[in-house]
Amino acid sequence: MMDGLLALYIFTLAAFTGYEIIAKVPVILHTPLMSGSNFVHGVVVVGAMLMLGTADTVVQQAIGFFAVALGAANAAGGYVVTERMLAMFKKKEA
Amino acid sequence: MTLPIYVQGAWYLGALLFIFGLKGMGSPASARKGIVIAGYGMLLAIAATFLIPGLQNLALMALALVVGGAVAWISGKKVKMTDMPQMVAIYNGMGGGAAAAIAAIEFAKGDAHSVVTTILAVVGALIGAVSFTGSCVAWAKLQGVLKKAHRLPAQNAVNVVLALVAIGLGAAMVAMAPAQPQLIFAFFAVALVLGLIVTLPIGGADMPVVISLFNAFTGLAVGFEGYVLGNPALIIAGIVVGAAGTLLTQLMAKAMNRPLTNILFTPMVASGPGE
Repeated sequence: MMDGLLALYIFTLAAFTGYEIIAKVPVILHTPLMSGSNFVHGVVVVGAMLMLGTADTVVQQAIGFFAVALGAANAAGGYVVTERMLAMFKKKEA
Repeated sequence: MTLPIYVQGAWYLGALLFIFGLKGMGSPASARKGIVIAGYGMLLAIAATFLIPGLQNLALMALALVVGGAVAWISGKKVKMTDMPQMVAIYNGMGGGAAAAIAAIEFAKGDAHSVVTTILAVVGALIGAVSFTGSCVAWAKLQGVLKKAHRLPAQNAVNVVLALVAIGLGAAMVAMAPAQPQLIFAFFAVALVLGLIVTLPIGGADMPVVISLFNAFTGLAVGFEGYVLGNPALIIAGIVVGAAGTLLTQLMAKAMNRPLTNILFTPMVASGPGE
């Protein structure tokens, strides 16, 4: 377990980081960035794996399986969709 | 459990790559490189998790990863460019569902936790569940499965009452930890219904903003569950997305010239029959 105050530092700094990353972004990138950040929170799959890896009962295993599958879908789908959107920003022959 | 240093190190590196990746996505020239960098971060974080000694159900885990990942990968490759927004919505909803499910297992285990941990688990579960069903509704609307905006009489009052009930049940779970299965079940049921009811009256044109809001929600839910699991990588990734998503939602609402409260709580004036 983590020290409560230490976690608060992480929360705060992460919040500032998130704010700064978006603050000066051009409007055309809003949708890809939404999709990109959607991909990043797909890291929830790691948490789901931890839960499934320590599940004791069948019910817990079932929910854990469900959680890992959903998290994996979040990560994989988020990546593909974002990559396809951003591929349109590839340097065009000007 | 104390984790080996290589697992912790890999998670740390993963979190760094996420931040660099998102930063890269902030300008058109480096945008594509950004998602690839973040992608490596994700692979690293997942691979490292497999190396944790003593984890059970590894085969189930691999199967779930392959099934969930493959379905989403293929559907994401196939979807038409114009149908992208609803795909973002549904993938986002899945992340929210995963965060809620993590909390559900945490409650089912009923391990002794501090009050703070339980509160954050409950809050994460609530917004994760709302984001899950809300995103599903958003997907259904944009996909054309749900054609009309369904508005209940006294919609805002219903929203508030449902939200209060959900919060009340959540508070009961904190007070009576470890909670009874019935209470856990009731809490999740109300939270899931809340997501449905809140999103149903919102029209399709406003959906991108709402999807962005749910994206921020899922981020926060992931961050809170990360605290419950004692996993800094989840906290960092989740909270960065939560903050970035909140700001992004406001910027998008501003670009549409409608304040966010207006989108969420005010019906569009009846526009006559048809689309």
